[in-house]
Amino acid sequence: MADIKDKSGRKFIYSQIVEDHFFNPRNVMDEKKIKNYNAYGEIGSPACGDVMKIWLKIEEDKIIDFKWKTFGCASAIASTSILSEMAKGMHIDDAYQITAGDITEALGGLPKRKIHCSVLGDQAMRLAIDNYKKK
Amino acid sequence: MIKRSIYLDYASTAPVDHRVLKVMLPYFSEKFANASSIYEAGLEAEQAIKNSRLKIARFLNCNANEVIFTSGGTESDNLAIFGIAGNFKSGHIVTSAIEHPAVLEPCRQLEKEGFEVTYLKPDKEGLVSADQVKKALKKNTILVSIMYANNEIGTIQPIAEIANEIRKFKIEKEYPLLHTDACQATLYLQMDIKKLGVDLLSFNGSKIYGPKGVGVLCKKSGIKILPQIVGGEQENGFRAGTENTPLIVGLAKAVEIISTKASKREKELRNYLISRLKKINGIGINGSLVRRLPNNINFSISGIEGESVLLDLDKAGIAVSTGSACSSRSLSPSRVISVLYDEERAHESIRVTLGRFTKKSDLDILLKQLKKSIKRLRNIS
Repeated sequence: MADIKDKSGRKFIYSQIVEDHFFNPRNVMDEKKIKNYNAYGEIGSPACGDVMKIWLKIEEDKIIDFKWKTFGCASAIASTSILSEMAKGMHIDDAYQITAGDITEALGGLPKRKIHCSVLGDQAMRLAIDNYKKK
Repeated sequence: MIKRSIYLDYASTAPVDHRVLKVMLPYFSEKFANASSIYEAGLEAEQAIKNSRLKIARFLNCNANEVIFTSGGTESDNLAIFGIAGNFKSGHIVTSAIEHPAVLEPCRQLEKEGFEVTYLKPDKEGLVSADQVKKALKKNTILVSIMYANNEIGTIQPIAEIANEIRKFKIEKEYPLLHTDACQATLYLQMDIKKLGVDLLSFNGSKIYGPKGVGVLCKKSGIKILPQIVGGEQENGFRAGTENTPLIVGLAKAVEIISTKASKREKELRNYLISRLKKINGIGINGSLVRRLPNNINFSISGIEGESVLLDLDKAGIAVSTGSACSSRSLSPSRVISVLYDEERAHESIRVTLGRFTKKSDLDILLKQLKKSIKRLRNIS
């Protein structure tokens, strides 16, 4: 994965999609608006280097809005960011099926060693959906 | 606008000095002969190596025949540890938990082969004491290997004091021997092996504005080591392989131009940066502020992962390093900071190392970009 050049000819360690989502993350949570969301899921620990927090607004089993916060490296931030775009608008049962592999593919690939540690957003989202269903 | 790039990762490697490059160049294509050949061109190469060996011996205050050229710091460390252990079937080794992997990995391998290894845990400041070493010594201790200065947090270990304790312990005996990895120390600290009291010392070219791919293991004469690369009589039989004349000549030149002035200048810059960093909310400096290399700054930013900061700074044209697992090729975070603090702090760590071309204005740009990055990432985290 190393030595990918972006449009300006600059070398960057990740794919252009990861670069874009890392520097311009989509759907980051504004914590003042937490009460607007009815499902929450969190995974990871600071000791592991990654913590993903996901807030969903679910109406009639459909994800109307998706916000997140991530403590982690560039691939962790980018993977949660792209997941927010993928899952928004989906029926919760369909969103539940999104895998780390789907996220990695959408990002244009990640270094192998990064996948298991940094792509955790799908798990946090499933936890949020589980929590919603329990309500 | 072309953005100037700011390199602040000198502990990783330094650029080759132009004076070093100049003396190396003729030995690639013009004076290319094998130094082992006995015709004139070979003798010329041999002479160049001999002169280089003398310069390095003068720098280390040792004899020329005590200088073994290797392919770098890693090989020098491997040769010291496996080389000494090779004289024994089993035995005890003392090292620290914050050594470079070039020392730690050979120790771990020797453990599998039946050797016993004590990994001394440094204090909160990142320092190993002579007393700790003294208490760890045993009847069957064959080797103590403690780094001179740490590569991540720049803390300086009391090598001369450790040597003193070992001397008192062994009285007339031959073992334990003392090895130190001095790769990070070469530019800044006392390198006289007699004043240090060490038996073996490693250093390399790439950290001292010399070429990559060349290093030295200084080994006091009379000490037996088992060679790790065999197939030739070069380096007194301790390291086989055609001598790398251009790199050896370059290494000697790099040693020759080491200046103590640089140390003072960098220390002032370092103190300036540390004082400014301390004012930023959530930043903690890692390791001793007193017993520390003049060019090393290592800090953690609470709640922010190191790789993300590194890449933000990279975008602004600034090169730094991190102890976060994410940016290295391995999966675990900085062992050094994990040992001293915890894994979370290791993931949050950034290492800034200064060098000959660092200016105060570079540090001001770093501070500005760092604050920007912290603000951005705190918002995401």
